[in-house]
Amino acid sequence: MKIIDFKILFVIVLTLLAMVVTMSIARADDDNEGYGGWFGERHSESRDSERGGEKRGKSKMPAQVNAKFKKECSACHIAYPPGLLPAESWRKMMAGLDQHFGSDASLDAQDSKEITDFLVANASNRWSGASAPLRISETSWFLREHDGHEINPDVWKNPKVKSPSNCGACHTKADQGDFKERNIRIPK
Amino acid sequence: MFSKAHIAVMTIITFVGVVGFLAPSAHAETPKDFLNSFQKEASGQPFSAARGETFFKTKHGSDWSCASCHTDNPAISGKHAKSDKLIQPMAPAANAERFTDPKKVEKWFKRNCNDVLDRVCTPQEKGDVLAYLMTVK
Repeated sequence: MKIIDFKILFVIVLTLLAMVVTMSIARADDDNEGYGGWFGERHSESRDSERGGEKRGKSKMPAQVNAKFKKECSACHIAYPPGLLPAESWRKMMAGLDQHFGSDASLDAQDSKEITDFLVANASNRWSGASAPLRISETSWFLREHDGHEINPDVWKNPKVKSPSNCGACHTKADQGDFKERNIRIPK
Repeated sequence: MFSKAHIAVMTIITFVGVVGFLAPSAHAETPKDFLNSFQKEASGQPFSAARGETFFKTKHGSDWSCASCHTDNPAISGKHAKSDKLIQPMAPAANAERFTDPKKVEKWFKRNCNDVLDRVCTPQEKGDVLAYLMTVK
């Protein structure tokens, strides 16, 4: 009798384990809005309380990444996914490349047009406000995702992080447009 | 329907056409080619590696010199002064890709001279710098 009980217990435990694992995988969509694993908090996707409607796009990086964009825009930093800003931000940025955050990043007219078209076509599709900031790190969605509830403020003082524009310091696959929670490693 | 001679001629024409089309994109220059073209543009003195080295390592009135990102030793990797992004060595002896692509050379001289000097670099300055970089092993 004892041996049969053990087997039933074993099967029940295995089934529960399988259920939990399957549920976790089922929730693993590309757009992981702060889903912190099995027991983490889930941020609301439809939070229109974002100041000025500054929401990043449903898709951050499109499936087809323009090669010129990838090459030219990763020369000095990671190629920031177009979905992080609205189209107007990208237009402004590309029109002022010779004064790109303190550096001259100018391109010839042909390359500039090709990249602008790509960025605008793949910009945030959930941005409802009129604002067009140039700094991703000053948008409402960014500030919420990286606020004190999410990240210990001391992290920003770590010299390995250096700046909020340095996505790759914590987002280990940022250069691939992957910001999934499971690929975050905050440096010590 | 087509004679052998016909086919042979059509093949040759197609081959020549394809090669002719591809040839321009297969065109790559060498550092020496760039030196020559700078020399043509610079009607003044011959280039000086020593002058180029000084130019490379000096701040020209702003925060950065060439060496701020490319380091004092062009044979090793540098990094972007703000983003820390890795920059491959500038010396052709250390990096065979340097000074082979005219579009790339033009783009970076335009950007970086604007940042470092607030103007374009003269052909003399470009030639001096390249002469210097070609001496670095």
